Amino acid sequence: MKRRLRMLAQGTRMLGRDWRAGELRVLAAALVVAVASITSVSFFADRVSRALVRDAHQLLGADLVLASDHAWQQGVAEEIARRGLERAQATTFISMAITGEPGGPASQRSQLAGVKAVSENYPLRGRLRIAPAPNAPDAAAASGPERGTVWIEERLVTALGAPVGARLKLGNASFEVAAVLTLEPERGANFFNIAPRLFMNLADVPATGLVQTGSRVWYYLYAAGPREAVAALESWARGELGRGQSVENLESGRPEVRVAIERAQRFLGLTALLAAILAGVAIALGTRRFVERHLDGCAVMRCLGATQGKLLWVFGFEFFILGIFSCTAGVLVGYGAQFVISGILGELLRADLPAPSLLPALQGFLVGLVLLLGFALPPLVQLKNVPAVRVIRRESGVTKSGTLAVYAAGLGALAALLIWQAGDFRMGAYVVAGFAVAVGCFALVAWILLRMIASGGLVRRLGARSTSLRYGLANLRRHSRGNAVQVASLALGLTAVLLLTFTRNDLVDAWRRSAPPDAPNRFLLGVQPDQLDAVKQFFARSGLGAPDLSPMVRGRVVKLNGKAVSAADFAEERARRLVEREFNLSFAERLPTHNALVQGEWFAPGEDGLSVEEGIAKTLGWRIGDELSFTVGGEAFSARVTSLRRLRWDSMKVNFFVIGPPRLLERFPSSYISAFRVEPGGEPLINDLTARFPNLTVVDVGAALRQAQSVIDQVISAVEIVFLFALGAGLLVLYSALVATEDERRREAAVMRVYGASRAQVTGSQRVEFLAMGLLAGLLATAGAAAIGQLLAQRVFELDLPPSPALWIAGPLAGVLLLSLNAWLSARKVLSASPALTLRDSV
Amino acid sequence: MKNSEQTILSARGIGKTVKSGSSDLVILREIDFGVIAGEAVAIVGASGSGKSTLLAILAGLDTPSAGTVELDGTDIFALDEDARAELRGRAVGFVFQSFQLLPSLTALENVMLPLELAGRTDADEIAREVLSRVELGERLAHYPKHLSGGEQQRVALARAFSVRPKLLFADEPTGSLDAESGAGVIDLIFELNRGFGTTLVMVTHDEHLAQRCGRVIRLAAGRIAP
Repeated sequence: MKRRLRMLAQGTRMLGRDWRAGELRVLAAALVVAVASITSVSFFADRVSRALVRDAHQLLGADLVLASDHAWQQGVAEEIARRGLERAQATTFISMAITGEPGGPASQRSQLAGVKAVSENYPLRGRLRIAPAPNAPDAAAASGPERGTVWIEERLVTALGAPVGARLKLGNASFEVAAVLTLEPERGANFFNIAPRLFMNLADVPATGLVQTGSRVWYYLYAAGPREAVAALESWARGELGRGQSVENLESGRPEVRVAIERAQRFLGLTALLAAILAGVAIALGTRRFVERHLDGCAVMRCLGATQGKLLWVFGFEFFILGIFSCTAGVLVGYGAQFVISGILGELLRADLPAPSLLPALQGFLVGLVLLLGFALPPLVQLKNVPAVRVIRRESGVTKSGTLAVYAAGLGALAALLIWQAGDFRMGAYVVAGFAVAVGCFALVAWILLRMIASGGLVRRLGARSTSLRYGLANLRRHSRGNAVQVASLALGLTAVLLLTFTRNDLVDAWRRSAPPDAPNRFLLGVQPDQLDAVKQFFARSGLGAPDLSPMVRGRVVKLNGKAVSAADFAEERARRLVEREFNLSFAERLPTHNALVQGEWFAPGEDGLSVEEGIAKTLGWRIGDELSFTVGGEAFSARVTSLRRLRWDSMKVNFFVIGPPRLLERFPSSYISAFRVEPGGEPLINDLTARFPNLTVVDVGAALRQAQSVIDQVISAVEIVFLFALGAGLLVLYSALVATEDERRREAAVMRVYGASRAQVTGSQRVEFLAMGLLAGLLATAGAAAIGQLLAQRVFELDLPPSPALWIAGPLAGVLLLSLNAWLSARKVLSASPALTLRDSV
Repeated sequence: MKNSEQTILSARGIGKTVKSGSSDLVILREIDFGVIAGEAVAIVGASGSGKSTLLAILAGLDTPSAGTVELDGTDIFALDEDARAELRGRAVGFVFQSFQLLPSLTALENVMLPLELAGRTDADEIAREVLSRVELGERLAHYPKHLSGGEQQRVALARAFSVRPKLLFADEPTGSLDAESGAGVIDLIFELNRGFGTTLVMVTHDEHLAQRCGRVIRLAAGRIAP
């Protein structure tokens, strides 16, 4: 014990000395970056999940919620009362809210609102909070809005110019704005919500005339009371559930919210992991240099009586203490960074996040130590194997256990760490394997190319002209293994940097370009068949052109080839959702112009059949010839799939998953939908349209897109904070790779100087070597970034990413410039010191 | 070898052979001699005569192909490498041609290192005292790169004597120094040797220096020349 304490003291002293000599700074910086990036994300995730737990009751607004995409059977509502439980009701839908004088459409303003109509006793758990004006102190409301009044969110007050006391129209009815809504118990539902909230009294809904065929309406029943009675109601309700109906309790509360948040967290987590892996590479490179510079010192210590075990303990303690300090610093930086992340995402979350727990700090700490020990211990173990005789015969090296084995150990540690941290074996394995393959490819290609560039023939031919060129090229060949590792590391760091700068921008641009400039920017929903002529006339009169009105029938798929279909048949989340919900079916004589047939035939006149979008057919496993059965409002029909279509979703036109011939679908209740374009300045026409046909909903796709874009931008800003860590780690890898061979090059240059090489010859030969390596690293990094960019574009964003000339210029140029700068700096160091000093230092 | 109690170092039948390509290269063969406590012995020979290899084997830094070495009464090749290291830490000091100071440590810290490794709590005190004996008391905080060659070798001497070794091995201690600094370092070695009562085994190719030692062992082609 006493011996261990002595070694600990010795390790601490060595740490102080090595720190002072600047030997450990890159290592410490890499560790700080890794821990900071991981903890910033986990602190944030921890706060979000604590908020979800804290608000679980309020999140639901009740103890149990029954949700349905069609009106509840009367029996269910009665059952709640019969069991002695409190009951409340709500209906939600999207509608246009309009303000302004009825006589003056020019001064009218309209805005899409997320309407929630509630019974007066809503909510059963938690409270609504309201204020008399925006930014005024709020207070809990005793009940929901009274009849004839609405409460609106601050965003809506601004958009409509409707302060408290103003009047606004919803469909056919007019309401007084009675309060500004500041907090809704089911705030969870507001995560990533786009349309601002409007609360109204449930009893006022019929007067608006907004709930009609084709409207997307959700019906909620809330229940609260003794735990046993709620549990009994839940099990009873589960037995009664029909299609499109679900039960939400405290455990399952708002799963869609959790999915959205989890997805954002996963994205943040992935970026953090990238930073951690890059930092791991920097640690590995930094430790390698540390070990090389300590070989002589270790041999001396062996001479002076240090045993192998003692050396291992002393260096182990030195690195352990370094780890403790760096991880602490990393946790503190991460803690600071998560404030920035939650600040940026705060508007989306719309919840006061509680303080984080200590768990993420502990996790980050352990991750840092595993990273350090995984990457640094294997090379450190080599130090203890230094033979003492090295003090007399310097060429006595270390019996190397093989660089590959060393890095395999590091990667193994990292893989274990990723899986633990991500809690996702597949994702962790993909990231590690992808990374290992990339490093392997980079190193192999670099090694082959370096040997080719420096092939004997080329050296002789070019070298005849210049000594510098000959030496430079010869050096490339002589150091081909070390140089290949250096080029691969450089390429890795540079790939990360290029990916986070050029490729990211290219992707965002491609996404912006994907919608054509003259695309429709408004959707018109809910046109009833008896309004068709009037709406067409309105369009013709207003100079908006003839609207392309498509019929829409809402139906649910119930059978495939005579066999009942249920969500449980599918593993994929998207497929389950599609089957659960109602489909928008349409009917048409001819194939829509912006669709293309990819398989089968369009239905011949007088024939039944269904044309299905190819993506959904693939997701749900439908093939040509399959018989599909749908129910529409309780009535069923069946038909065979006769063709598959390809759509362009980004065309902004109206698209349908399933289209049938009119004779099949005409008889069902339908509404009409259209996409059209309003040029800037045409807004009064829209106000006019909604004033004339209050039941219609006009969705401003541009505004929705802009709002979606601002949501995406906020997420991107948050991710960028973590990107900064990855970028920092990439730069550390670059730096470590550059200094890795500095000592050796200095010695060689000094020897050249001793034998009379001129300044120009020394710098020239280094420049040739660095230039070739820089070009190679730049090209490899560019190829890497371009490949990853394409993969992301095609697999994740489903975009066409055109090749980027800027990337192909900037990447290789960055490599060349970086290494030229390094060559210049390193030559300056060599030339400023006398060769004798350099050589004396290095013997 | 008059009295085995006084013999601090003895080499018996030392041989060293290394592989060179497909053939064996004999560096040392059948070396036998002893060193009495307090003696100063020079090992001289031309380049490649095997003197540095012999020194490495005598100090237990390298292993022989044949023969045994007894150091302070212990057969050092019956020990494993770690036990030999501990023995070195206890009984042996070294001075090298290339000084072998740790560049990231100051003069004081370089001298403290062996004392710290031995777990001494008075390392700082002893190191200061020995450094002032080699007249570097004013340069404690200087790094090796800021010291001249002669000064660096004096720091190395201070480091070697700081643990009060029974035996000091010196490998061409003046090999990297100019004549004047070399002479100063040599005077110091003999002075400290006397003062600390240390036994000195020095490898050199400098006849003049060898003559200052009490006994000279000559090596030629890996054997002791008669």
